[in-house]
Amino acid sequence: MIAEETITWHVACNIEDIPENGGACALIEGEQIAIYNFSRRGEWYATQNQCPHRQQMALSRGMIGSTGANNEPKVACPFHKKTFSLQTGECLSGDEYTIKTYPVKIADGQVYVGV
Amino acid sequence: MKKKIVVVGNGMVGYKFCEKLISKDVSKSFDLVVFGEESRPAYDRVHLSEYFAGKTADDLTMAPSSWYTENGITLYLSDPVVDIDKDEQTVRSHHGIVVNYDYLVLATGSAAFVPPIPGVEKDGVFVYRTIEDLDLMQAHAKTAKKGAVIGGGLLGLEAAKALLDLGLEETHVIEFAPRLMPRQIDEAGSKTLQTKLEALGLQIHLNKNTQEIVGNGIIEGMAFADGSKLEVDMLVISAGIKPRDEVAKIAGLEVGSRGGIIVNDKLQTSDPNIFAIGECALAHHMIYGLVAPGYEMAEVVATSIIGGEKEFKPFDMSTKLKLIGIDVASFGDAFIQEPNAQTIVFENTAKGVYKRINISNDGKYLLGGILVGDAEQYNMLLQNTKNKVLLPADPEDLMLGSRGGAESASSGVMALPDEALICSCEAVTKGNICHEIIENKVTTLDGIKKCTKAGTGCGGCVPMVKDLINETMKSQGVFVRNILCEHFDYTRQELFDLVKIKGYKTYNDVLDHLGRGDGCEVCKPAVASIIASLWNEMILERGNATVQDSNDRYLANIQKNGTYSVVPRIPGGEITPEKLIVIGQVAQKYNLYTKITGGQRIDLFGAHVSDLPDIWEELVNAGFESGHAYGKSLRTVKSCVGSTWCRFGVQDAVSFSIEVEERYRGLRSPHKLKSAVSGCTRECAEAQSKDFGIIATEKGWNLYVCGNGGVKPRHAELLATDIDSETCLKYIDRFLMFYIKTAEPLTRTAPWLDKMEGGINYLKSVVIDDALGMNSQFEQEMQFLVDAYKCEWKEVVNSPELRKRFTHFVNAPKMKDPYARFEPMREQIKAAEWK
Repeated sequence: MIAEETITWHVACNIEDIPENGGACALIEGEQIAIYNFSRRGEWYATQNQCPHRQQMALSRGMIGSTGANNEPKVACPFHKKTFSLQTGECLSGDEYTIKTYPVKIADGQVYVGV
Repeated sequence: MKKKIVVVGNGMVGYKFCEKLISKDVSKSFDLVVFGEESRPAYDRVHLSEYFAGKTADDLTMAPSSWYTENGITLYLSDPVVDIDKDEQTVRSHHGIVVNYDYLVLATGSAAFVPPIPGVEKDGVFVYRTIEDLDLMQAHAKTAKKGAVIGGGLLGLEAAKALLDLGLEETHVIEFAPRLMPRQIDEAGSKTLQTKLEALGLQIHLNKNTQEIVGNGIIEGMAFADGSKLEVDMLVISAGIKPRDEVAKIAGLEVGSRGGIIVNDKLQTSDPNIFAIGECALAHHMIYGLVAPGYEMAEVVATSIIGGEKEFKPFDMSTKLKLIGIDVASFGDAFIQEPNAQTIVFENTAKGVYKRINISNDGKYLLGGILVGDAEQYNMLLQNTKNKVLLPADPEDLMLGSRGGAESASSGVMALPDEALICSCEAVTKGNICHEIIENKVTTLDGIKKCTKAGTGCGGCVPMVKDLINETMKSQGVFVRNILCEHFDYTRQELFDLVKIKGYKTYNDVLDHLGRGDGCEVCKPAVASIIASLWNEMILERGNATVQDSNDRYLANIQKNGTYSVVPRIPGGEITPEKLIVIGQVAQKYNLYTKITGGQRIDLFGAHVSDLPDIWEELVNAGFESGHAYGKSLRTVKSCVGSTWCRFGVQDAVSFSIEVEERYRGLRSPHKLKSAVSGCTRECAEAQSKDFGIIATEKGWNLYVCGNGGVKPRHAELLATDIDSETCLKYIDRFLMFYIKTAEPLTRTAPWLDKMEGGINYLKSVVIDDALGMNSQFEQEMQFLVDAYKCEWKEVVNSPELRKRFTHFVNAPKMKDPYARFEPMREQIKAAEWK
C-alpha cells in the first residue's frame, strides 16, 4: 500500500527573484531550499540547499546544466563540483549521495515550493 | 517477530557494525542493543593524538547519542557486559541489566599491554588508550617537565606526539628493539625516521630494556638493564595491545593461548550465534590491530546476519600513514631479503627519504617494500605487488617516479593485467574499466566512477583510472582531441575563433549556435572566460552571471563555510596609510579575518554574501578597485622596492609594476596570471616564478615567461634581455594574447609552454620575430581590452539590480546563512571545520 502524502505549497518568492538559468535559496519552514529557474527549458526545480559532501549551504549558487543522451538536468556544487540530478536528486558524479527534491509550481508571477 | 542483536563494546568497530547493519537491514527486522564500557559513545581512536592538538571529544565522536536513538538502537554506556549465558542466550551487564539475544557480537577491542615492570603502579605512569587516559595525562602534564614513552611502535610514537603537544620540555621514546616501528619498517628506514623525529624534538633510545620505575609513590625516573638511568616525571606505556577476551573466557568460548577470541572465516566463535570482531578477535591466528580489517570484519558479520554470504579473508596489512607529519608506509612482504629476494634501496639523508623495494630473484615481480619520508608512490607500488605485475627493466623507476625524460611505457597502467585490481575499495579490475571504455564507450572519469564505482572510495586510484582512459583510447586508435565537454565538439582554441568571428556575447548564443544540450559546469565557465577575454564586458550582465563559476558570479572567493573573502587591488603592493586604515576599519566593522596574501595584498575573510556590496561600497569610495582574486585573470604584480629606496636597485621596480598591473588588471584568461617586477638581479620579487616576470638590468629589463609556483614549481624562461619599458609591454601584450587564444581551459602558462612544439624558441619566434604575422593584431586586441577595462565592483555597487543578487535568502535578503559558522583563533576568527 502506498501511503498518501499531502503536499503543502509555500510561496517562496517572485519569479524574477531567481536568475534565469540559475538558482537562489529560499528559507521555507526553517529549511534552506534551492530553487532553479531553468529558463532555457522552461522548467523549474527545487532541491535541498545543502551539498551532502561537505555540508555546505551552496547548491543554489551552483551552475546548472544537463548531461547524457536524455539531457538530464543537473546542478554542480560550487565547492567541489559534485553534480546532482535536479529530477531525482541522485549524485551523478559517482558518490552515494542523494539530495532531497521538491515540486515547484508557478502561479501569478510567484514561485511555490511543495514541502 | 524481530530478532535481537546484542553488541558488546562500543568502540570504532562496534559502532561500524551498527552502522553497516542499519544500512543493510532495510526491512527493519532486527533490534540492536549495545553495551559500552566507556561513558562516551564510540569515538575515533585512530586520531586520538589530535585531542591535544585542539580537537574536542565531540570532534572525535563517530556519531552522537542521538544517532543511536534515531536508528532505534538501545545504547547502555558505562555498563560493560560481565557475563554471557550461552544456553539461555542472555547477557548480564555490570549494572545487572539482563538482555536476551539471537545473535551476540563481541567487539570488546583491546587494552594496552603493560609489561610487568616493578613500579608501573606509581602516579605519573599512564597508558594511552581512551579519552579518560588523555584527560589524566593532561592534568598531570601541567606540573611535569620530562616525559617518556615506553614503546617505539606506531602507538608509542603517537603517544610521543601527544607528549610533544602537551608542551613537555623533554620527550623520550624508549624502545626495546633495535629499531623504531619494528613491525612496519627495517633498520635503515628506522634510522631515517629517527633522524626526522629527533629534528622534531624527540629523544630516541633504542635497545633499552626498562628494569624499574623509581620514585616514592610518584614516578621520578627509570632504570634500565644496561645500568643507565633517566629522570622523568611522567611516563606513558604503549608497548602493545592485549585483546579483551575476559568475558568470552568466562562464557567458555575458545580463546587463543596468547589471548584473543578464536573465530572462523565467518567470524563465528566456538558458539555459532556469537561473533567476535575487531581487536578482540583472533582470526587466521592473528590479532588485526588496524581499523581497516576491523571494519571489514564488521561488514562480514553484518552481511551474514542479514542473510548474505561473506567471509573474512586474510587481510592485507600494507599501511600508509602520516606520523607527526612524516610519511611512513610498508606494503607486501616488507622484510624479505637475500637470498629469497633482491632489494633496491634509495636513500637521501639530506631530505630524510628512505625507500626500499623487494623484487623476486628472477627480477619479474615486486614483493613488497618500505617508504619513509615520501610515500607518493605507495599506491602504484601496492598495485604492482598485489597484482603481480611484470616489472619494467628498471624497477627503480617505480619507486622513484618519473625523473624527467620519457617515461618507460611498461611501468604504466597499460602493463597491468586485466585482472589487476585498480580500485581496491570497490574491487574494480582493470578489465572492468577497459570493458566500459571499449564496449560501452564510457570515456570520462565521472562516467567510469558511475558505472564501475572505481575511485569513489578513498580516491587514491583516480590518477590511474584517468591514465587508463587515455591510454586505452589511444590504443584503440582514437585520436584524443581535447573537445570542451559533451556540449561542444570544439577545442577551446576553435571555439575562441568562432565566437570572435560570429561576435557572440552571451553564453546562450554560443550554446544555441555552436553546441547542444543545456551546458554544464565545464563549458559554462570556459565559454564565459572566452567571452570576457574577447569583449571585456561586465561579466554579470547579459544573463552571463549564472554561467560564471561561483567565485566570478559573486566577485569574491568562496571559503570553507560558504562565506567569501575580499581582496582589494593594491597595485605593486604599494599602499598609503590612509587606505590601510580604511581596510582595517572595514574589517573591524564586518568582523573579517585579515591576512597578508602571498601577492603583497590584504585578504579579508568571512564576508557574508549579503555584506559584499556594502563592504565594496566603502572600499570603492576610498579609492579601491576589485583585485580580481576570484577570477581566472591577472592577480597581482608583485614588486620589490627598487631604485627609489634600495641601495642596490638599478630601476624603479614599483613604478613599473604599477604600470604593468594597471595595464592588465581585469584581463580574463584561461587561468590565473601572476607577475612580478624586481629592481635588480637579486630578484627579491621572485619574478622568475611568475607567468611573466620582469627583472631590472643596468640597460632596461629582462623579461621572463611561463614560470610557476604552485603544485609543480617551475622557473620562468628568459624571453628577451635589456629591453626598454615600451618594448617590454609590447612583448607582454603579444605573449598574453597568444596564450589567451591558444591555451586549453584552466591551463597555466607553464604547462601551456610544455605542450608547445618547439618550446621557448618557438614562443620567441612568435613574440619577437612575428613568425605568425599576428603581432600587430595581438597588440590591437590587447589595447582594446585595456581601454574597455572597468572595475566590476564599482559597477555592482552602483547598480541596485546587480546588488539584489547578493543575498543568501531571496525571501529574507537581510538574513545571513545560519550555517556560516566561525570559531575564534588568535584574536580573530576562522571558518568552522567541515566534516
